[in-house]
Amino acid sequence: MVKKRVIPCLDVAGGRVVKGVRFQQLRDVGDPVELATRYSELGADELVFLDITATLEDRGPLLRLVEQAAAELEIPFTVGGGIGRLQEARALLRAGADKISLNRSAVDRPSLLTALAAEFGAQAVVCAIDARAGEVVTHAGRNARGLDAVAWAQEAVDHGAGEILLTSIDADGTRNGYDLELTRRVTAAVPVPVIASGGAGDATHLAEAFEAGAEAALVASIVHERPERLPELKRELKEAGWPIRT
Amino acid sequence: MRVVLADYGAGNLQSVCSALRRAGAEPAIAEDPAEVERAPLAVIAGVGNTAAAARGLQERGLAAALLARARSGKPLLGICVGMQLLFGDSEEGGTGLALLPGRVERLRAARVPHMGWNELRVTASTALLDELDGADVYFAHSYACAPAAPIGVAEVDHDEPVIAAVEHGPIAGVQFHPERSGPAGTQVLRNALAWSRNV
Repeated sequence: MVKKRVIPCLDVAGGRVVKGVRFQQLRDVGDPVELATRYSELGADELVFLDITATLEDRGPLLRLVEQAAAELEIPFTVGGGIGRLQEARALLRAGADKISLNRSAVDRPSLLTALAAEFGAQAVVCAIDARAGEVVTHAGRNARGLDAVAWAQEAVDHGAGEILLTSIDADGTRNGYDLELTRRVTAAVPVPVIASGGAGDATHLAEAFEAGAEAALVASIVHERPERLPELKRELKEAGWPIRT
Repeated sequence: MRVVLADYGAGNLQSVCSALRRAGAEPAIAEDPAEVERAPLAVIAGVGNTAAAARGLQERGLAAALLARARSGKPLLGICVGMQLLFGDSEEGGTGLALLPGRVERLRAARVPHMGWNELRVTASTALLDELDGADVYFAHSYACAPAAPIGVAEVDHDEPVIAAVEHGPIAGVQFHPERSGPAGTQVLRNALAWSRNV
């Protein structure tokens, strides 16, 4: 039986890991591959690098980061954040990313999902969905798209997405737990794995997300604060009876 | 030990190259059929669609080189889509090298792709999977090999048993990604080097 995955997410800008408070006051917290290697050693099942670079014209640092991560990491990683064009996604996959996550560009042009899946296989194509009150939002939560998140998840899978990264903007940063209702509705509607994201505070929250049908749970602030929290979370989940890689 | 990865133009081979280096090999990526044919161990890796990959192998003359080395009994390892290319017809489209009997079929599980870490069940004694029974390795695939002969050496459960590794003389394949499977994956590659010297 496939194990439930715990996936730390690293925000990167200009090829460095950054941390901010509500997207402001970004400060440099380190080298992405060094931090990623640390998480890998601590038992991360997979990693997500999210490029939050405000200006998207220069993806050179991201490409170099992917090349370095591909050479050094022994676990899979996804790259996402503002990837808008097919060539961009293709370049990142060719540089060694295991998966590409598309968000706004997939909403704008679902055929991007299809083109990538045809070339690299559905397993390399993640559709990231940010939802507020069940509606799809893009542009870091600023633009409501008038799309139902569940219906969009189904459509994205029909177009070729092999995994859904489902973030609840309502729950994000609260540490009060994932949006279970939304997670339940999406996992019931699509046949691909779903990664729950937004709201993780403790191991119980991850267990609830798995209970709601998620195959994986994204964690950010709780492990960035104290990376040793990651093996603790995994141990607690395993003790609670979940299939967890140790 | 020199290992040559056949570059058929699809996907990224650097990750496998780096992992082979961690396992103690001297890997090289080659598009030249002659180089692929004479390597002590050849590897077909990468990700992508089997139809596109099979076409890439044909167009570059690599399919002929791989068939020639198989005829002379030289070892060949397929990883993920590379394992699927060792078989013939695929439900994903295209025809592989047909070095092994059987076909490639779409997974029938409730959640496809089969994505994540899953426990290997070694079903036949082989140097390739020495000490790996019960190890967690990383899978990411929607199709799997259905051998028409007892050449499976490991399985994994994804709603039903799925073939995770095959071995038939000097031809072997693994469905999971050793380059992304942590220390267990590196062990598989180290085993593969030892295996290839003795087949």
